[in-house]
Amino acid sequence: MKNLEELRKLREKAQKEIQLRSKDAKIKVVVGMGTSGIAAGAREVLKAFITEINQKNLTDVMVTQTGEKGMSSMEPIVEIHEEKKPVIIYGDMNPSKVKKVVEEHIVNGKVVEDYLISMEEK
Amino acid sequence: MAHRLNVLVCSGASCISNDSLKVKEAMLAEIDRLGLNKEIKVIETGCMGPCQLGPVILVYPDETLYKKVQVEDVREIVEQHFLKGRPVERLMYKSPLTDELVHKSSEVDYFQKQVKIVLANCGNIDPESIEEYIAVGGYEALGKAVTEMTPDTVLNEIKISGLRGRGGGGFPTHMKWMFTKNEKSDEKYVICNADEGDPGAFMDRSVIEGDPHTLIEGMAIAGYVVGASKGYVYVRAEYPLAIERLQKAISQAKDVGFLGEKIFQSDFSFDLEVRVGAGAFVCGEETALIHSIEGKRGTPRPRPPYPSASGVWGKPTVLNNVETYANVRHIILNGGAWMAKIGTETSKGTKVFALSGTIKNTGLAEVPMGTTIRELIYDIGGGAPEGHEIKAVQLGGPSGGCVTPEYFDTPIDYESLTQLGAMMGSGGVIAMDETACMVNTAKFFLDFTCFESCGKCTPCRVGLKQMYGLLDKITKGEGEEGDIEALEKLGNTIKTTALCGLGQTAPNPVLSTIKYFRHEYEEHIHDKKCRALVCKDLISYEIDAEKCKACTLCAQKCPVDAIRGQRGVIHVIEQEKCVSCGSCYDVCPFGAVQRLSGEN
Repeated sequence: MKNLEELRKLREKAQKEIQLRSKDAKIKVVVGMGTSGIAAGAREVLKAFITEINQKNLTDVMVTQTGEKGMSSMEPIVEIHEEKKPVIIYGDMNPSKVKKVVEEHIVNGKVVEDYLISMEEK
Repeated sequence: MAHRLNVLVCSGASCISNDSLKVKEAMLAEIDRLGLNKEIKVIETGCMGPCQLGPVILVYPDETLYKKVQVEDVREIVEQHFLKGRPVERLMYKSPLTDELVHKSSEVDYFQKQVKIVLANCGNIDPESIEEYIAVGGYEALGKAVTEMTPDTVLNEIKISGLRGRGGGGFPTHMKWMFTKNEKSDEKYVICNADEGDPGAFMDRSVIEGDPHTLIEGMAIAGYVVGASKGYVYVRAEYPLAIERLQKAISQAKDVGFLGEKIFQSDFSFDLEVRVGAGAFVCGEETALIHSIEGKRGTPRPRPPYPSASGVWGKPTVLNNVETYANVRHIILNGGAWMAKIGTETSKGTKVFALSGTIKNTGLAEVPMGTTIRELIYDIGGGAPEGHEIKAVQLGGPSGGCVTPEYFDTPIDYESLTQLGAMMGSGGVIAMDETACMVNTAKFFLDFTCFESCGKCTPCRVGLKQMYGLLDKITKGEGEEGDIEALEKLGNTIKTTALCGLGQTAPNPVLSTIKYFRHEYEEHIHDKKCRALVCKDLISYEIDAEKCKACTLCAQKCPVDAIRGQRGVIHVIEQEKCVSCGSCYDVCPFGAVQRLSGEN
């Protein structure tokens, strides 16, 4: 360990591993993982989100799951929560759509209208 | 690769004894079975605090807190929660106040009034991973101190912070450091006292088990200030897990270069060694501790000279408690003024308390100085279990004293507690309800200090034994007029004449119980009555003929055949034969056996 600079670099690397435990995630991705969601491929969608987010090094995004949303025909369903913004709900998701959502919505803040099924005001 | 879920399994000693490690193994196997390895990281952490809920598991990012998790529950948690995202409600924490599920650990009542500085990392990071410690800002304070600050500026921050010794004495830390710094010597030493011996105190153990690097960093900074290049951590052998994790942490710190030669390429070199004590209470006294490190018999010596002038190997030595060192990095990172804002006029920062006894929430709690005793034992501790009432709390273990409810609004700081006849001590808080006999409690502590007395000075060796004899006599119903006064006289004499802190404080539990519960002593002596129904020789058992169903259960259990009667014939206890063992009381399904004291 030579100096503080080196320590800080080491810290940045290490922080990625524990970022889940910090409370400053700005965007929360919630994947519906009810029985029908899983049957429709929600796990692949969830994995795709994790992969994309890791690849893009997005540290302020948190991926989590929830139960049945009650719209089985639209599964897999994904909600994007962001502070002071309406909750965006996407339906009929798959890994390639995930890629687009991450690129356009999560990185650039533009809702992907093609996949949008509803917006919920908080 | 980052993970989707972090599962923190508490592996403080308390949760481990409740099989948390088996739960962890089962969890890993289940996660493996479902192919979730890459998404979920399972981490062992140090003590999270709410020990009565153990084994405790905390799941991030949702902050779901699971309590009392058993191996059988693991499959459900992994399948339902980790895979499908449906937290298992039956295992989640419920607020005892509203009976509602608490969805986030930070909303648990137990944590709400707490301010975590010393314990910030405990239960939040993997204590065996130096990377996780670095991720939460670890070793930044050491780097900052040795590369950007002089020993004097570091010392000044400690002074501004108002930090005082957390081992109980409350001596200003900056003064200890300054005395050692000002000594001229070719060698100086830094020692950490982790010989936590008070019954009911486990905060030092938890800090070392949960966040060992914090201690290492604090000690290294102390070494930089006083000009020491070598340090010892004196840990009792009864803390195997703490020793193991500390040793691992020291070797990690050496590998990365936070310990060793030329730290952060400065001229400062520092090395640490763990010394394991054999568990003698007196070795928590600083001069005895130093003797023990040197391989000598662990007995104290008169001071001065203080360790700051002549400590281990006769060299200037700074000696602080675990919790004191654990505060240091926060002071360096946030500035002394930051800490000085927390607490009261004379006591700054926070204090970690270990709550035990008849209290709902046992465990560790860190609160700002100035929090009242009431807030600590009711708002955080949850008060006594249903149907009971707290009649006193013992603060500071065998060196401290008890405090009664009328003083519960006293703010916790060094001076206020001493004024009450108790002391901050290391932070042990033992709550007692009406089922505790205060004379017997005092006897318990005296028994402990008599056993632990090193025997070097007469007041402690002989005097405590005399006091114990009097207490024993009183609890056996043989107390006489004048015994209380004799106890007071002995106690006050020992306090002023004993050689070290052990003897000087050992009479406190007796003196404070006499002060606040003199009537209980008097009842024992004059009425041969123990109102708490604890002192065996003052208790008799009788069978209530109205309630007795003549089932013979008690007669079968009686070890001395003192119960007359047979099926269909109401039972009677023959008092001459009875040895007051209480077996009949415990076994009677109808509550017909009554425990009495001082009735005749």
